[in-house]
Amino acid sequence: MPQNIPVVENILNANDRLAEENFASLESAGIFSVNVMASPGAGKTSLIEQTLPRLKDKLRVAVIDGDIATSIDSDRAAKAGAQAAIQINTGGDCHLDAVMLRGALEKLDLTQFDLLIVENVGNLVCPASFKLGTHKSILIASVPEGDDKPYKYPGMYRGVDALVINKIDLLPYVPFKMDYFQRGVQALNPNVKTFQLSCRTGEGLDAWVEWLIQNSAK
Amino acid sequence: MHELPVTESLLKIALQHAEKAGAKRITDLHIVIGDLASMVDDSIQFYWDIIAKDTLAEGATLHFRRVRAELQCMTCFEKYHPNRDELICPKCGGVGAKIIAGEELALESIDVD
Ligand SMILES: Nc1nc2c(ncn2[C@@H]2O[C@H](COP(=O)(O)OP(=O)(O)O)[C@@H](O)[C@H]2O)c(=O)[nH]1
Ligand SMILES: [Mg+2]
Ligand SMILES: [Zn+2]
Repeated sequence: MPQNIPVVENILNANDRLAEENFASLESAGIFSVNVMASPGAGKTSLIEQTLPRLKDKLRVAVIDGDIATSIDSDRAAKAGAQAAIQINTGGDCHLDAVMLRGALEKLDLTQFDLLIVENVGNLVCPASFKLGTHKSILIASVPEGDDKPYKYPGMYRGVDALVINKIDLLPYVPFKMDYFQRGVQALNPNVKTFQLSCRTGEGLDAWVEWLIQNSAK
Repeated sequence: MHELPVTESLLKIALQHAEKAGAKRITDLHIVIGDLASMVDDSIQFYWDIIAKDTLAEGATLHFRRVRAELQCMTCFEKYHPNRDELICPKCGGVGAKIIAGEELALESIDVD
């Protein structure tokens, strides 16, 4: 007999459910985890490279890299002192999803680490729709990308817990109105934790590293 | 942009509900998509025809209900429908707005036999 069945389910829920499972495994292993998102070239790998030596002897860190199909980025992370560095081959996908993260988590003994850093695929649109199940989402904006990004990619700016403004060493050379940028961020995400830093000069990195240490200790 | 995983998820949800209801066949799916969800109806249909084959949902018709994007300015509280690539408030030029509608991506109901 023909019949209409109400469903009213968000289509991406399968991903969200898996993300919750990932979160549960990370929680039970007592590891703090961050999902680092940004456009290509904003400095995701550079930030990881600069962060790892500063965490030496303080935190045991695992890095999962989905940025590109080769292992260039995970090799950079291993060289910079990650205790484990795993490359996810996204097969050309424009974002990581909870299934891919779960596959990578299964390769790690999570109890052996204090901090997990996930480098997402370079993209300012798609990663926002796919929760991974990490504790915090981080967005890196970089000065040369321009100060209009919050206005153009509101979805990305709305959903993150922390915002890193990278490449501030370039502020004297490019038109970037920090006021205008920050106003856009404020309107979309008033409580976001913001760090201004440069992976080139090291300026501002201490506050960021301190934030990771404090969160990992919880 | 993610029409394939979205279509897979759509099929999975529809099949779950149909099986629970003991249905023999799914004839129609009623889908709601907001304009900000970056989903193309035709691509969903394209993947659907491939992945629904040999399931209870083979041959089902997809119905799309589109929801227009609506924003509210956080400066003057004007509600407006943004243009593509321009989210700034048309009344005061205010930046940074709350999204009221347009991000929907859901399966509302299915028709079964
Ligand atoms: N001037 C400057 N360049 C930077 C900074 N951080 C990263 N870069 C450069 O930006 C480019 C892209 O960095 P990368 O970390 O590979 O970006 P990813 O694609 O987001 O992982 C590299 O050439 C880096 O040397 C910075 O703070 N200042
Ligand atoms: Mg990288
Ligand atoms: Zn306004």
